[in-house]
Parts: sequence; C-alpha cells; structure tokens
Amino acid sequence: MSDQRFRTPRAIAVGTGSAHHGVHHFLVERVSALALVPLVIWGGFAAVGLVGADYGAAMEWISHPINGVLTGALLICGLIHAKNAMQVVIEDYIERFITKAALLLLNLTVCTLAGALGVFAILKAALTGGF
Amino acid sequence: MSPHLQVWRWHITMATSILHRASIFALYLGLLLLAGWLVALAAGPEVSATYGAVIGSPLGLLVLFGITVMVFFNLAYNVRQAFWDLGHGFQLKTAEATAWASIAFGVVAAIAFWAGLAIRGVL
Repeated sequence: MSDQRFRTPRAIAVGTGSAHHGVHHFLVERVSALALVPLVIWGGFAAVGLVGADYGAAMEWISHPINGVLTGALLICGLIHAKNAMQVVIEDYIERFITKAALLLLNLTVCTLAGALGVFAILKAALTGGF
Repeated sequence: MSPHLQVWRWHITMATSILHRASIFALYLGLLLLAGWLVALAAGPEVSATYGAVIGSPLGLLVLFGITVMVFFNLAYNVRQAFWDLGHGFQLKTAEATAWASIAFGVVAAIAFWAGLAIRGVL
C-alpha cells in the first residue's frame, strides 16, 4: 500500500519491507488447522479406546496401519501447526535479534526432533514390536 | 505490558484472542507428550509403564485435562477463523457469540472426552 513516491531509491533497493513469505505462512496455518479438525477428533476417540490397554495391546494398536499412519499424521500436522504458531508468538514478542533468532531455531529444532522421534518410534513399534 | 491490557475494558473477543495465543503453548506441550508416549512405547514395556505412571498421576491427569480444554478451544477457534477468512462472522454480535461458543466447545468437548475416559476406567 505504501506510496513509492515517498520512498528513496535506496530504501526500495535495500528491500527491508515485506519478505513475501507471509501468505505461505498464513496458508500453512489455515490448511494445517483444518486438517487437524478430523485428526484431533479421531485422536480423541482413539485415546478413549486405548484406556486400560496393556503394553501388548498398545503395541498391537499402533501396529495397525490405520492407527500408525493416522497417529503419524496427527503428530506431524500438529507439529507443523504448532511450529508456525509458536514462530509468530516469538516474532511478535521478542525484539532482540539474537534472542529472537535463537528461539526461532530452538522452535524449529524441537518440532523437527519431536516429529522425527515420533515417526521413528511408530515405525519401530509397528515393524518390530507387538511382542 | 501492552497498554491495551491496562486501559481497555475486557471483552470476550479480546479474551478469546489472548486465550487462543495461550492455547498454542498447551498444544505444543500436548504434541511433545504425544511424541514422548510413542518413544516410550517403542522403548519397551518398562519405559512405557514409567511414562504411563507419570502421565496417570493426579498432576499428570490435571495437566492433560488442561491440554484437552485448550486443544478443543483452539480447534473451535480455528474453525471460527476459517469463517473469517471467507469474510463471515465480523458482525459484533456474531463475533461475540462465536467467541463464547468456542470457549463453550472447548469445555464441553473436553468434559465429554474425559467422561469417555472415566467410563473406560481412567479416573
């Protein structure tokens, strides 16, 4: 919306305005949010179904392709959503560049690691477990 | 402290906006707990039993209940935002009603979920 007449050539060249990443971030937030609606509801019913399950029953449950895949989808989709949401919180409230950069990297690392560990755990349980 | 928190009269759309932001932290914790449960499951029966005991302790259950309220609230709030994206729901009365509705959904869905857990023998 800014009127180019009031910007110096240098200000335009430096390009400190919009990074043009906002729309992508916004869309990922919305799409992941809507994908999570059925996944969370499924997860709720699954949790109720798992109450009282011993170790063997839980392993058998996660070994079922539908349960393993949907649990993985819930975790990954949730982590993508949470990572983007937390990123905005950090960008909004942390002013100091170093702190902000460190927290953004920490956010990315925690979510990526949780996703990798979770998917590896599902595969290990599903492919090697079940007693 | 942002000035709008001190000077403004609290109203429900503002409260749910702040609550929505707070719920992100609950979501985050919930997802880490889900990943932790999967890792514990893959690590074997002993680790899994220990994890279950920690999660199943009174404090663990209280934290889980809080997370479920926040997750269901966040879910309803995101549906509300999807309608905003389509250009609907900005009338003051509608916005206030959907704000209350998202809180109500969070509480009611969480209670229904925990009633399901209780019937199956969690509590």
